[in-house]
Amino acid sequence: MTALYLLDLVLVPAILLAACTAVGTRDRFAAVVSFIVYGLLLAIAWVRLGAVDVALAEAAIGAGLTGVLLLGALARMGRRADEAAAAGPPGRTLRLGAAALGAAVAAGIAAAVLALPEPAPQLSGAVAEALPALGLGNPVTGVLLAFRGYDTLLEAVVLLLALLGIWSLAPDPAWGGLPGLRHRARPEGVLAWLGRLLPPVGIVVGLYVFWVGADRPGGAFQAGTILAAVWILAVMSALVEPPAVRSLALRLALVAGPALFLAVGFAGLGLAGAFLGYPAAAGWAKPLILLVEAGLTLSIAATLALLVAGTPERAAG
Amino acid sequence: MTSAATLYGLAGAALVGIGLYGLAVQAHVLRKILAFNLIGSGVFLVFGAVAGRGGGAGGGDPVPQAMVITGIVVALSATALAVALALRLFRETGRVTLPPDPPAGARDG
Amino acid sequence: MADGLADGPWAELLVALPLAGMLLALPLGGRQAHRLALLVLAAGPVLALLLAAQLWQGGVVGVALGGFAAPLGIALRADGLSVLMLLTTAVVLCATGLAARAGFAPRPGQGETRAGLLFWPLLLALWGALNAVFLGNDLFNLYVALELLTLAAVPLVCIEGKPEAVAAALRYLLFALLGSVLYLLGAALLYGAHGTLDITLLAARLQPGPATWMAGALMTAGLLAKTALYPLHLWLPPAHAAAPAAASAVLSALVVKASFFILLRLWFDVMPALAGLGGATLLGGLGTAAILAGSLLALRQERLKLAIAYSTMAQLGYLFLMFPLAGGGTEAQPWSAGAWTGGVLHAVSHALAKAAMFLVAGLVLQAAGHDRIRALQGLGRAMPVAVFAFGLAGLSLMGLPPSGGFVAKWLLLTAALASGQWWWAVPMLAGGLLAAGYVFRLLNPALSAGEGQGWRPVRRRWQAIPLALALLSVALGLAPLLPYLLLGLGRSPAAEEGLG
Repeated sequence: MTALYLLDLVLVPAILLAACTAVGTRDRFAAVVSFIVYGLLLAIAWVRLGAVDVALAEAAIGAGLTGVLLLGALARMGRRADEAAAAGPPGRTLRLGAAALGAAVAAGIAAAVLALPEPAPQLSGAVAEALPALGLGNPVTGVLLAFRGYDTLLEAVVLLLALLGIWSLAPDPAWGGLPGLRHRARPEGVLAWLGRLLPPVGIVVGLYVFWVGADRPGGAFQAGTILAAVWILAVMSALVEPPAVRSLALRLALVAGPALFLAVGFAGLGLAGAFLGYPAAAGWAKPLILLVEAGLTLSIAATLALLVAGTPERAAG
Repeated sequence: MTSAATLYGLAGAALVGIGLYGLAVQAHVLRKILAFNLIGSGVFLVFGAVAGRGGGAGGGDPVPQAMVITGIVVALSATALAVALALRLFRETGRVTLPPDPPAGARDG
Repeated sequence: MADGLADGPWAELLVALPLAGMLLALPLGGRQAHRLALLVLAAGPVLALLLAAQLWQGGVVGVALGGFAAPLGIALRADGLSVLMLLTTAVVLCATGLAARAGFAPRPGQGETRAGLLFWPLLLALWGALNAVFLGNDLFNLYVALELLTLAAVPLVCIEGKPEAVAAALRYLLFALLGSVLYLLGAALLYGAHGTLDITLLAARLQPGPATWMAGALMTAGLLAKTALYPLHLWLPPAHAAAPAAASAVLSALVVKASFFILLRLWFDVMPALAGLGGATLLGGLGTAAILAGSLLALRQERLKLAIAYSTMAQLGYLFLMFPLAGGGTEAQPWSAGAWTGGVLHAVSHALAKAAMFLVAGLVLQAAGHDRIRALQGLGRAMPVAVFAFGLAGLSLMGLPPSGGFVAKWLLLTAALASGQWWWAVPMLAGGLLAAGYVFRLLNPALSAGEGQGWRPVRRRWQAIPLALALLSVALGLAPLLPYLLLGLGRSPAAEEGLG
């Protein structure tokens, strides 16, 4: 226990330091790298809080994909001087005002956190009670796919909408074409080597994380992210080209997950008497949940990969 | 567990403050987006502290944990759209900051 | 709990159908997307009316999604306020969808285009998100619904690809994201303090304390940024003016009201005691500032769409007078239900009128190729129906009888005087006069006898769409009893007795 508290006392300052560096440093590249380090430290914090599902999501999505997005954008904007650099550091008044605002809000939240009641009101008991009927072992999966499945349905649509928003920024002549820039990698380079080595491993790990999600930490979002990362790596090492935006197969893959979720939800109206409900008969809920999760994993992987690939910029060959 | 959870809750509070500071003082759009992500993860950490305090079997209340996973995915979606908008703005105008005042001119049809 | 199967799952369908349409549109492709979207949109008013009937017969409609009752599960809840907003949304979106064919339906013989495909799923997602907000009874679910709304609305602003629209969209996104993250933080604290985010359960369990106050303050601040209340309005005029007219119509009429709707839920249903800290007066004061600043800025604009956008900023201000006027004391106040009804009626009549105005602006752009106010001489002769529709909508904004805006402002005014808070009447009257000023300034060149400088002709049936919306906005003033009765269903005690 003492060792764990020691870990907390090192981890929390390290997280805050990384955050301050990400905000304060003059070098933009260093800022993004600090942000990625920060995300990985945060993932450890989530393990420490007993939330391994969240730790996986934070490491893969919060640190990994967000970091890749920011690094990619920074590379395309270039590190040459621009108006942000020309304007120089922010004025003293602005900095003091912003610091005062940030400190005041932080203090308010801290006071609120310290004033939270003991014992903490919670739903662990209710979840544990309702979970066996679904045949699941992982309570977080139960919440995401059943008890609060409506949130997850909307969230899957949010993800897809972000992609539609990115596509809507395409130049008109490139519509229907390939997203992002063409990647080149030396065939004997490290990237190409990694690109050949990692995908088989990644695919196996991704499928495993999806499969155990019903009973242990893991699930559609974490597995989808791993599969997307495999594919992004393969594109970056120039082993594969991203699909053209007009491809019907791609579009079907993108909508399959949420559409399947909706269809099962409608079926619930008849089978369970409630939209997004699962039949009460023993053994029905789990296969349906796994079916929805499989669809979601596919769609999330495809959507995340294309979110990183960016706006269609090249006409299809 | 309880005191550790509270410690991370306080860290979350500090992260929100740091992020707000960054959002206000940084002009570069990507740094604003980064600051927004700091605020977001600070909020998630507060949520996590709330979940950690509810120490059920297997470590905490699963409901806020599921909410945080949803929140992480939503934050990534928003970040991806913001980055794409920033890149488009850069391509069109060469700017990496938002124009200081809302432009007065409407579209010219 | 409504008998779901006997009455039909109208609430669930109102959320699920738009999303299903959005998902289907993508593989269907750009040649067919608009047909599917219009078909789905046409079902909207029918579903909303069915839900209204369900509410009328059985009282407040509650649905436990998945069969899991709150606090474990998420509930949908439809009271009079929800149904009125759902009906307004369905009508405005139908009209907008019809009008948007001019810009976003494929031309014969043309392949799939970017905007021709993406506009329609974005519009459907926006509709689904609005419905999810108006039906949501869980504060975290409302966060997801708000993000859905933002991510549908922002791309619509810049779907025509103009550089100034991209900047406006980015600014809008950053404001909206800051707003939702503050809202989420408040929700986290509320969960920590009370172990649920279900609005009904929270209202029963709520204990005052630092966590609750901080949560209320953070959520309010976040929602104000999204509603563009002065001084957090900077993002709204450029975004609403730069968007294509059909998108501007839904953004100004509906999208900003979604966050306002959650604010109403928060203050009147979840934590009526917030007003005790002087919060109601503060919101009323900011609303006053919005009315005056927005109207004065609308008077100074050279462009039609910017003027209409600044008018939205002003008209949103009126909504915030609901907080001090529906509040006041601890005993039941006879005027406060009137103020509440007045505020909601104002939201509805403004939605109809503002959508009509933006659709007219779209026709002007189509006919003239610009929207410089001074150069619109002779417009009245070129498209009389559209100009008439603009005038009718203006009537409602000014609050002149007979119009929905008149009844709304009359109710608010009566409440101000009856409760002895006459000072809130001053911005209302001043705002009406200023609105008259900017509406006449916009209409004046259009009505003047000038030579139409080569207007492209606009067919009557395109002009009929804004006319129908403007007529509805006026009709609201002729039959104010119906929404009044509907609004009484499931109204929270705080709305009847006042905040405080």
